[in-house]
Amino acid sequence: MRNLLIFITKYNAFFLFIIFEVASLIIYIKYNSFQKASFINSSNAVTGGFYAKMSEFNSYLKLKEENDELARENSRLRNQLKSSFYVDTVNKHKVVDTIYKRQYEYIVARVINNSTNHANNYLTINKGSQQGIAKGMGVMCNLGIVGKVIIVSEHFSVIQSLLHKDSQFSAMLANNKEIGTIEWGDDLNPHKGILKDVSNNAVPKVGEEVVTSGYSLFPMGIPIGKISNLHTKAGGYALNMEVTLAVDFSKLQYVDVINNKFATEQEGLEAQQKKDE
Amino acid sequence: MSRNIIINLIRFLVLVFIQVFLLKNISLYNFSTPYFYILFILLLPFETPNVLLFALAFILGLTIDAFYDTPGLHAAACVVLAFVRIIFISITVQKDGFDNEPEPTLGIMGFRWFITYASVLTLVHHFFLFNLEAFSFSQLEFTISRVLLSSLFTVFLMLISGLLFFKRKERK
Repeated sequence: MRNLLIFITKYNAFFLFIIFEVASLIIYIKYNSFQKASFINSSNAVTGGFYAKMSEFNSYLKLKEENDELARENSRLRNQLKSSFYVDTVNKHKVVDTIYKRQYEYIVARVINNSTNHANNYLTINKGSQQGIAKGMGVMCNLGIVGKVIIVSEHFSVIQSLLHKDSQFSAMLANNKEIGTIEWGDDLNPHKGILKDVSNNAVPKVGEEVVTSGYSLFPMGIPIGKISNLHTKAGGYALNMEVTLAVDFSKLQYVDVINNKFATEQEGLEAQQKKDE
Repeated sequence: MSRNIIINLIRFLVLVFIQVFLLKNISLYNFSTPYFYILFILLLPFETPNVLLFALAFILGLTIDAFYDTPGLHAAACVVLAFVRIIFISITVQKDGFDNEPEPTLGIMGFRWFITYASVLTLVHHFFLFNLEAFSFSQLEFTISRVLLSSLFTVFLMLISGLLFFKRKERK
């Protein structure tokens, strides 16, 4: 027993190393499989508060670009107003329309923490469960899709960006409506994605637009990017192609979180179908 | 002694601040990202007890993790770094023959010793960090090139900071 104690004190560095290393690896691996069950992330109050202060300062530096973008969006929206069309019929009567029911609701939020140069990238935004954000909602900005919400606290939420090893979204070619899956490329380039599993019948062209399919979190037709290269690694029975992403992730300032009001209904139905099989 | 504690506490806060709000946004061609905060562990005094050294490395790692959204990743790499530091110092430095309060800084230990110390420890830390982050050997070449270029960047920053706060107190 005494010899054992002497042995342990003599090589205490090694045993301490084992203890601390195992502890940190357990945290690391547990965190990976349970999707951030722990509190050590940037949506907790202390780090979230710090990031909010810092981003307030940073946003001053990007005001000009942001203004330009807003002006462009304003003009686009004004073009869709009823008042910008000339009405040539005189008889008008009001109809209470019950056909339309709102499906998607958009919640605007500011990005307060962002990264693009890691193997797995996350964003933090300054809206949380109090403003109606829930886990699993899609996130877009006015240029295209950004990612999906994975953790929500009262005032902040963390978004798993498209630039993440596990991110996959349903996408389609804008012209011939062929369905595929968009994910991030292998070489950690924040401007390139890969469109996978497009059927062999499709005849894609370089420069063709890729948009969301409407099967997953996003409404149909939100831009993702443009095809830049057709000859990436062959994927067997399906076509793979390289896509230049429409969103510049390093310059994100404001994003819209999409609340699909029929999502729970759809999921419930699909879960039921799985149970029946 | 209490002066030592205060200096190290300030160093901890300053390094975390620089890492999280400045260096986190810097990356050269997506290859070279500096992790300058490990300088805190490198500069702890020689007679720091092992338990304290490991605990500080663990806490530093977790603090960085909280801001990087990667619980455990930096903590694991920092603990490895602390272990390698103990081995490296026990091999290269004789424990007796110090004058008062020796620290492993550029001014006290000399240029040659410090640059070997900094590069070996940085390489080990970055090697662990990037491989643990990638968590697969399928892109080993890519990861290794990131390790080498990032280490270069980090050691460069350490040398600059060493020369900025240079106090010549050569060991006898």
